[in-house]
Amino acid sequence: MSGVRVLVGTRKGAFVLTSDGKRKKWDIAGPHFAGWEMYHVKGSPADPNRLYASQTSGWFGQVVQRSSDGGKNWEPVGNKFVYDGTPGTHKWYDGTQHPWEFKRVWRLEPSLTDPDTVYAGVEDAAIFKTTDGGQNWTELPGLRSAKGDLWQPGAGGMGLHTIVLDPKQKDRIFVAISAGGAFRTDDGGKSWKPITKGLVSQFELPDPQAEVGHCVHSIAMHPARPNVLYMQKHWDVMRTDDAGDSWHEISGNLPTDFGFPIGVHAHEPDTVYVVPIKSDSEHYPPEGKLRVYRSRKGGNEWEPLTEGLPQSDCYVNVLRTAFGVDSLESCGVYFGTTGGQVYASADSGDHWTAIVRDLPAVLSVEVQTLK
Amino acid sequence: MIRVILPVHLRTLARIDGEVKLDVIGPVTVRSVLDALEARYPMLGGTIRDHVTLERRAFVRFFACGEDLSLDPTEQALPESVARGQEPLMVVGAMAGG
Repeated sequence: MSGVRVLVGTRKGAFVLTSDGKRKKWDIAGPHFAGWEMYHVKGSPADPNRLYASQTSGWFGQVVQRSSDGGKNWEPVGNKFVYDGTPGTHKWYDGTQHPWEFKRVWRLEPSLTDPDTVYAGVEDAAIFKTTDGGQNWTELPGLRSAKGDLWQPGAGGMGLHTIVLDPKQKDRIFVAISAGGAFRTDDGGKSWKPITKGLVSQFELPDPQAEVGHCVHSIAMHPARPNVLYMQKHWDVMRTDDAGDSWHEISGNLPTDFGFPIGVHAHEPDTVYVVPIKSDSEHYPPEGKLRVYRSRKGGNEWEPLTEGLPQSDCYVNVLRTAFGVDSLESCGVYFGTTGGQVYASADSGDHWTAIVRDLPAVLSVEVQTLK
Repeated sequence: MIRVILPVHLRTLARIDGEVKLDVIGPVTVRSVLDALEARYPMLGGTIRDHVTLERRAFVRFFACGEDLSLDPTEQALPESVARGQEPLMVVGAMAGG
C-alpha cells in the first residue's frame, strides 16, 4: 500500500512522520539528534530509504547523518567541508572583503539517480558534492567564480539554501543564495552563471537590477517542465519560462509578495503555492491569518486557502525549506511553522489539518511518497 | 591510560557510554589526546577542533584538575595526574546563550 513519509528538521532535532495513503493517522518518530539544529533532512529519489540529514550546533559544528532504512537508524558520515584552494574573500557587511568561512550545511540534495551522490549547499555560500554516500565532500568551486567576491551576507547569513536538479538535462543545476542571487550550471557544476535578468531589488541593492546580490528565498520546479521555475524572492514572486534566462513578476493579487517558500503541485505544473508573510521586518502572516495562496494559472491570480488553518492571532513564520508536496493521486501539500506545527492537506490545499503541533521551530519539511 | 570526559552531545554522537579511556603514544598533550580520540571516533573530527587548522572551536573548553586549560598551547604537557590516568581531561561545551 502506498504511504507518505514527512521528514521534519527542527531547531532541536529531527522527526519522521509517516502515514498510509489516506493521510488521516500519523505516526511521529523522534526526536532524532535531540538538541541539535536540523537544517535539512532529505531522501534519495533513487532509493527512498536512503536519507541524509544536516545536523549542526553552535558548539560542535557540522555533522552529516545518513540512514539506509528510512530514518530508523542513522550513522554519521563525513563532515569535512573545505573550500577549494585558497578560499578568497567575499563582501562583508561593511563593504570590505572578508575570508570565506564554512559555518553549516543548509541543504542536502540527493542525486535523482544515484543514492550515493549528494549536493550540499553551505554557508558561507558554496556547493559541495559527494559521490560516496557522504564520506567525502568536494567543492564545485566554479560557483564562487560567478562574482563571489561581490556576494554579501544578509541578516540570515550567506547560505546556499536551494538546489534544484534538472530531470531532463542531467548536467543542469539551479541554486539560490540568500543575498547572493540565483545561478545555473549546464556542465555539471564546472561553470555557473547568474540567472537574474528581470529581478528587481529596489530596496535592497544600490543597483536594483544588479547581476548578483538579489535575496532569493526559494525556487521550485515541476519535473515535467524544468524550464519553468517559480521564485519567491525577498519581495516579489517571480517566474521564468526559459530556465532562468529571464524572469517576470507573478505576484498579482497576493496580499503581500514577501515570503519564504514556494512549491508546485505534483501533477499540475501551473499550480503554485506561496505563504505570504507581512514584511521583511514582521515575519508573520498578514492580519494574524495563516493563509496559503494557490495559483492554478502559473501565477498572477491567487486564491487564499484557509480551511483548517488559524485565521486569528497567528504569528508564526514558514521558513524557505519548510514546504513540500506528495505525489499521491490527490496531491498532498505540507508545511511547517516556527511555532512547531506541521500542517497537511490531502486535497491540494483545500482543507488543512495539523498533523503535529508542538514541535520545536520547524526548519525544513521534505515529503516522500512511498509506493 | 588517559581518561577523557566528553559533553553529552558528543557522547551521543559517538555512542560513548561514560568516560573514554585512550592509549596515547608519546607526550600527553591536548593535541595528542584529541588525535587519539579522533582516531578511535572519526565522527568527532571537526566537532571539538577545526579539521584543518586544529584550532579549538570557540564554544568548546578544556579542563583538568580544576584548571581551565583552553588557552594553553595544545602541545603543552597535560598535568601528571592526567598523564597517569588519575584525573580526566574534560571537554566541555561552554555555557553560552541566555
